[in-house]
Order: sequence, then C-alpha cells, then structure tokens
Amino acid sequence: MKSHCFPGKKIVNHLVMAALLAAPALAAAQQAKLKVGLMMSYTGTFSGPSNAATNGFKQFVNENGGKLGGREVEYFAVDDQADPAKATENANKLIKRDRVDVVVGAIHSGVALALAKVARETNTLMVVPNAAADELTGVLCAPNIFRVSFSSWQPAYAMGQHVGKKHKNAVTLTWKYAAGLQMVEGFKEGFEKKGGKVAKEMTLPFPNVEFQAFLTEIASIKPEAVYVFFAGAGAAKFVRDYAAAGLNKSIPLYAPGFLTDGTLEAMGDAGQGLLTTLHYADGINNPKNAAFRLGYVKAYKAEPDVYAVQGYDAAQLLDAGIGAVKGDTAKRADLVKAMEDAKIDSPRGAFTFTKAHNPIQDIYLRKVEGRENRLVEVTSKALADPARGCRM
Amino acid sequence: MDFYSFLIQVLNSIQYGLLLFLVASGLTLVFGIMGIINLAHGAFYMVGAYLAFGLTSLTGSFVLSILLGIPLMLVIGALLEWALFSFLYERDHLEQVLLTYGLILIFEELRSLIAGDDVHGVAAPGWLSASIPLGDTMSYPVYRLVISGACILLAAGLFFLIQKTRLGMLIRAGSHDRDMVQSLGFNINLIYRTVFALGVALAAFAGMLAAPVSSVFPGMGGQVLIVSFVIVVIGGIGSVWGALFAALLVGFADTFGKVFVPDFSGVIVYVLMAAVLLWRPEGIFSKK
Amino acid sequence: MNFPYSLWSKLILLAALLAFPALDMPFYAELVAKTLLFGLFAMSLGLLVGYTGLASLGHAAYFGIATYVVALMTPGYEAASFWLTFPAAVLISAASALVVGLFVLRTKGIYFIMVTLAFAQMAFYLFHDTALGGGSDGIYLNARPDATLFGSKLIDLDKPLHLYYLIVLVLVLGYLFLQRILQSPFGRVLAGIKSNEHRMRSMGYPTFRYKLAAFTIAGGIAGAAGYLYAVLFGFITPELLSWHHSADVLLMVILGGMGSLGGAFAGAVAFIAMQEIFSSFTKHWQLVMGVVIVVVVLFLPGGLVAIPRRARAAFFGGASDE
Repeated sequence: MKSHCFPGKKIVNHLVMAALLAAPALAAAQQAKLKVGLMMSYTGTFSGPSNAATNGFKQFVNENGGKLGGREVEYFAVDDQADPAKATENANKLIKRDRVDVVVGAIHSGVALALAKVARETNTLMVVPNAAADELTGVLCAPNIFRVSFSSWQPAYAMGQHVGKKHKNAVTLTWKYAAGLQMVEGFKEGFEKKGGKVAKEMTLPFPNVEFQAFLTEIASIKPEAVYVFFAGAGAAKFVRDYAAAGLNKSIPLYAPGFLTDGTLEAMGDAGQGLLTTLHYADGINNPKNAAFRLGYVKAYKAEPDVYAVQGYDAAQLLDAGIGAVKGDTAKRADLVKAMEDAKIDSPRGAFTFTKAHNPIQDIYLRKVEGRENRLVEVTSKALADPARGCRM
Repeated sequence: MDFYSFLIQVLNSIQYGLLLFLVASGLTLVFGIMGIINLAHGAFYMVGAYLAFGLTSLTGSFVLSILLGIPLMLVIGALLEWALFSFLYERDHLEQVLLTYGLILIFEELRSLIAGDDVHGVAAPGWLSASIPLGDTMSYPVYRLVISGACILLAAGLFFLIQKTRLGMLIRAGSHDRDMVQSLGFNINLIYRTVFALGVALAAFAGMLAAPVSSVFPGMGGQVLIVSFVIVVIGGIGSVWGALFAALLVGFADTFGKVFVPDFSGVIVYVLMAAVLLWRPEGIFSKK
Repeated sequence: MNFPYSLWSKLILLAALLAFPALDMPFYAELVAKTLLFGLFAMSLGLLVGYTGLASLGHAAYFGIATYVVALMTPGYEAASFWLTFPAAVLISAASALVVGLFVLRTKGIYFIMVTLAFAQMAFYLFHDTALGGGSDGIYLNARPDATLFGSKLIDLDKPLHLYYLIVLVLVLGYLFLQRILQSPFGRVLAGIKSNEHRMRSMGYPTFRYKLAAFTIAGGIAGAAGYLYAVLFGFITPELLSWHHSADVLLMVILGGMGSLGGAFAGAVAFIAMQEIFSSFTKHWQLVMGVVIVVVVLFLPGGLVAIPRRARAAFFGGASDE
C-alpha cells in the first residue's frame, strides 16, 4: 500500500528529527546537580551562626523548588570547627574530594582567609556568608570570590561617623587580633572624618578577659565615648564589668553589632540601651524582610538573625548568576559578570556589589531593648567598602 | 596607679586566687592521696557552671541552685569514682593521662549535646548585685567580695576537715601510706571515693560561684585546667596548704601581670612554675 | 619460625605508600602525606617516652618552632631555598630542645611532665601574644621552598607528587635513623635509664647527658615533621605549639603502644584515621573518639600494637611469649 502520506508522516518525521536534535540540548539542560559545598563551623561557639546561615541558604533554595539558577542542588557540608589551622585540609575536602561547583563559607574570618587561598589556587567559585576580614574583598580580592555579608570596615566606619556627630574624643579597646584591629581602624577613620580624635587605642591579647586595668584607665582619661570590639563570652563579660565599675553611667559605650549579637542573655541588664551598628536589625520594615522572617520561623521554628539573612542572600546571589548563564557554570566569565551586576533583594534592604565583590548596603543604628537589637535609624546609607589593595 | 586601682587589683587577685584554690585543692587531694592525674578535672568546673545556669533558670534562685548543685555533684563524683576512676589506681600516669583526656572529650561533647554551644549568663542574686563605690568614678562589685568570702569559708572548712576530724586523719595517713591504712582495717576504697567526690564538688562549686562573673561557655573547663595543674605542682602535690599558697601566688602574678605587662602576661604563670621547680623540684610544700 | 613478619610488613607498607599516588586521589594523597609526617612526629616522641621513659607534654613546641622558622625565612612571596630552610628548621628545633632540656631534665616524674608543659606554653605565648609571627592570627607560607639543586629543578615542591615522595623519603630516613640509634650502644643506655636510672649512674654513665641527647634528637626530628607540615599546608598558627597538640601526639604514642617505633607510627595512623572516619559520620565525633580512648585504656594496656600478640595468645591459648 502506498504510504499515502498519512498526512502527519512528514510532521512526525520532522518531530523525530527535532527531538533528536534537541536531545543533546535537553540533556545539557537536564544537567548534573549543582554541587554546593558548605564550609562552616557546625561545632563550637560559631555553631549557632553556622546553622542559621545554612538554614537561610536552604530556605531560599526550597522556596525556589530545590534549585539554584534552574539547577537542582546537592549539598556537601564540612565542619571547619572555627580552626584556621585545619582550614586548608577542610577546604580540600570540598574542592578536591567532593569536587563541588561552588563553596559557601566561611563564618570565621581566619578560616575564610585560608579557604580563599585554596579557592584562588583552584579557581573555585566562592561566596562568603559571614566572615568580615577586610582582605577578602581587599588585598585578596579575586574574580571568583564574592561576599554577601559585610567587611569589618563597614559597621566600624558607620559607628565612627555616628559617634563623631556627638562627641569629640573617644578611647578604643579591643583584642589584639586582625578582626579587632580592623574594627578599630574603621571606627577611627569615620570618627576622624567628623572631626573627632581617638585619645588612646588600647588592646589586650586575645582572648584575655581581664579588663579591670583598662576600665581603670578609661576612668582616669574620662573620654566622651568608648568604642570597643569584643564577641561571645568576652563581650558579655566586658559589658558586665563596664556596668559593675559604674562607667556606663558617665561614659557611653559604642560597638559594632557583634558585641550584642547572641550575648544579650549573658549580659543581662548591663546591656540594656547599648547602641551598636550593623547591616541588620530587629524591626526592619520591608516586605521582603517580613516574608523572609515568616518563612524562616515556619520552617525552622526559631527567629532568624543576621546570619540567616546572609545565608539567604548567598543563595539569592548564586541563583541570579547561575540563572543568567542558564545553569552552565562552565561559562565562568559570564557567570561572574552576572553576579557582579546582580541587585540582591535582601531582607536587610536591597544592595549591589562593589567592584571588589562586597555589598554596598545601609548600616543601621540599633539599640538593645530587652532581648532585641531594635532599629533606631539608618546611620549610613549605601556604604561601600573602599577595597584597599584590591587589584581588580 | 592610684590607691583605688591598686586596691581593686589586690581584691581581684585574691578572688581569682581563691577560686583557683577551690579547683586546685580537689586536684591536689586526688593526686596526692590517690595518685591519679585527672585531666578531666577542669570539666567538673565547667559542669558546675552549667549546673548553676540550668538550676537557676529552673528554680529562679541562684542560692537554691548552689544548695541543690553541691550534693548532686558529690553524688556524681562518687559514681564516677566507683564506675571509672577506681580502675586507674594500678595504672601508670601515662595511661591515666590518656584515659582522662578521653573523658575531657566525652564531657565536652555531652555538654554540647545537652546544653548547646551558646554563651550563657547567670545573674547573681539581686541582694548581692550592688557595687561599692571607690573614689569618684570606680566601684567594686559586692558579689566578687562574696566569692572571696565563700572561698575562705570553704577553705577553713577544708582545713578543719583534714586537720581535726577522723576522716581527715585517715586521708592524711592514706596519702603517706595507702597499704598501711588498708592493713589497719580501714576501708580505703571508701576513703578514696569520699576524697574524689569532695574534689569534684569543690571544682563544681568554684564553677558555680564564678558563673555570674565569667559567664558560662564552652572551653571554660580548659582554661582552668592547666592553671590548676600549675598550682598543684608549685604548691607540692598532696599539700592543701601548698595549693592555697600557690593559688594566691598565681592569682597575684596573673592579675598584676595583665595590668603591667599585658603582652607577656600569658607566660608569667609558666615562668613562675619553671622557676619554682628548678629551685625546688618537688614543689614548695611537698610532703613527698 | 622466625619469619620476619616485621620486616616484610614494613616493606609492603612502603611499597603501598610509593604506589598510592597512582590511584589519582589527590585529596587522599594529601591525607596520607599528613599521616606520614605525624607518624614521624609521633616516633620522635616515642624515642623519649617509650625508650627513655621521659614523658614530655611539651613536644609540640619543637614541631611548631620549625613551622615558624620556615615561614619567617620566607617573607613575602619569594620562595626560600629548601636546602637552607630544612636544615635550619631542624637545627633550630633541636637547639631549642637542647636549651629546654638543660632545665627540664633536672626533674622527674609528674614534675618533668609539668615543666615540659611549662616551657612549651612559654613558646606558645611567645608566638601567640607578640608580633613575632603574626600573633594569634598566624601566618601564611606564601611560597613553597625551592628545591633547585645545581641549577636543575628536578624536585619541585609545588608539585604535590614531588612533595608526597619527599615526605615518604624523610619518614623512611627518620625511621632508619631512629632504629639505628635505638639498636646502638647509645640506645641500650637509654633503655637502661628507663628501667633504672640509679643503676646506670652507679655504673658510671653520665645519664643526664644521655637524656639530653635523646631530648635534643627528638626535638630535631619533631622539627623535621613540622617543616613538612608547613610546606604541605602553608598556614601556621600558634595552636601548633599548644598543649592540646602536645597531648594529641602523646596520645598517639600511648595509643599505639609505647615500646616500639612502629607502635608510635601505628598510633598516629589510628588517631588520624579515627578523626577522619568519626567526623564524617557525626558532628559529635569527639564523643566517639573519647569513648574509644577510654575503652582502649581500660581493656588494651600495651596499646594497639599489642593486639596481634594478644589475639594470638587468646586464640592459641597459653602464655604470651613476652
């Protein structure tokens, strides 16, 4: 019988041809899963922030159907134990053993610096969800390294400007390590720009908490303000000692947000009314924040914090970049460009990136009320880290 | 420095030294009488602090949490001795070091599982939260004086126990010659259990007292551990007087060191120990 | 009946180590390399603890000093010479051990343990609190040492394969060196000191000098291990000199069995293997590790190397022949 052209035959032929031609393209689109390596401090004192950041990250991915940029996500996690000495090994677990496509880490600055070194050597894409070391988007900046949190300089400079509006001299005190020294440098810069003068910069070896000598010194200098950087148990002890020495009645105390993040319970009443600066606060009023907080509480039965926001935004950034290259992470140059140009609709407020890949964001002034750091005002709008030493 | 600053530092030195004494006294008794090196001793300090936090949250009263906590720690200490430490008497020091190091890991992880990794605060009771003004800008917290007072009372109690009671006599005899005591018909195992439980409770009590001042956090056990060993060694193993003297010495050296030479304060305690040991290799008040 | 199990097993192990890179698992090759250098570190302490009876709780200081030496000799981004830095690191570590030994070897027993700790803590605080090595943040070794010899770049430490074989080589040389020492008259004296120092002294041996020599040699070899660590990982912190680190290596020696170099090595392998395996199962791996340690101490005196002997004894009955 003649194939009287069952009229659709040609069409079927064409369809089959099309399918055969499309198959490779389809296969390419049906890509392998996106391997996301999470390197954070899941044990030890940074476990809270690490879990929060991971939760935030996963929350976005889940809201997006389990995908980033159209590709399904497969997680690999390594606990870096906040130990910089083991960081290179741990980084290699993700990069060389698990061969991840992108590393999201770290929370601890020392670990992040070691991780960044490995990322640069292996040209692995890296998104920093917390670590504040200025170098990451400064001297050590690289096309494949992005940060969605903040640099030490940002809240410090903002606080310096704020204090400079009201006071003319101040004294600083912090631990003698990179994070502390950067926080003080940033403050000094902002403060001096407003005409203030830092009368004395004091340090003590990390992690000493014997503050009495310094409190006595402050009492004898009688500055108009005191700016400190401490975190964790040390922060709680300092604030309590400051109050116990009676200094909080006469000399106002200022600090970046980490003095009062996670330490309010340990500080008790001594911490009430403290003013700090950070890129997030309780009471930020925008729809994204409301939706984010609702979703987080529903998924994890706990209130989100700045770390959760940063994790969420890390996922947003990757989604923007990978989506722009349609999931083809091999197109590294295009991927990076898309990430550089991304505008992140963050719960903290929308932000973009500097050339060195650090967020240009609003810094908020917060006040401790009860167990919260309540938003007072925006103390610096769209503050960009100067990225000193970056050669990009 | 002016008079008030000096006074504050002296008070701080005494308070720190006395707290360390509580921890070190338990260690020196256990070591001197039972011959056991217990690296996990710092963990008892930590457990005490966490207990204070937990019980205070539960009962709302710091004082009550201490009154409940001490008997609890005595029982826990006795149980630990019976279940684990009694096997160590015949072993050599290195095996004790190894086993008790394993215990540190276990205690730390259990703490992480049960109480998490956050920093916690314990509020001193309201009636003790005042500050005594010194000079026009400084004031000194009453609670720190209370810590020193409590430690002095406890030290007095300890001396009374060891010097004036029958149990104390047995303890002293047992530290000189264990076999003789046993052959005289005394239940040396019971004596050991009591001493160990006492040591555990002392360290825990120190942790409870310190909690309002130092906060409750992971790693607090490790901070006191090494210093306690230093004190035991300087004072002479087995000597409670030695522990008191050495603890106060360390308290002063450390506190004033941090004031005058903060960059070298870390080494001071160790230089002190090395100096003492090279002069008197068995410790200052050693009995052996 | 006297089949040299020991020699054959060591040769097989060596062959396996040499062949490992062929499996092309770069992450695991790095892990093996790390295990080997810790094995060397543990063996150096084994010389002190197992053979001379000197339990040092401050041995990590000599490991750490070597890491700082190579890092400080490599300022900026320019590679220093391997042939200069390696001997320098080993010699400086050994010299530090010599100086410390002059002080600590006057004490005994628990006091000795504590004074070794004290001096290690002094070294720790020296690097941690002063600006000498970047303080508590640590420093980076930005460029691996250059092993150019007579103008030819035969050995290139930037190539992981070369570094791996270098570590194997240093381990083998270190092991052979220690073996020779221990089987020599010098080693016999050390054993005699461990069992009864009084007797050795009354026989006329200057025991202090022998102990000092052992302490110094152990320090130098620890320095060699530290140097390799610095080159392998490129990041140095004061934590490498901490008492935790000293306790870890002491544990390796005790865990493996104190009487032999092989025991120390086995202890290092077991310790690192346990860390890796347990941490991949649970984030509370330290709990498992602690339990394993407690169990080993309670039920396995003599450490891990005693297992074959005890297994044989249990299996075949009768008294074990030791």
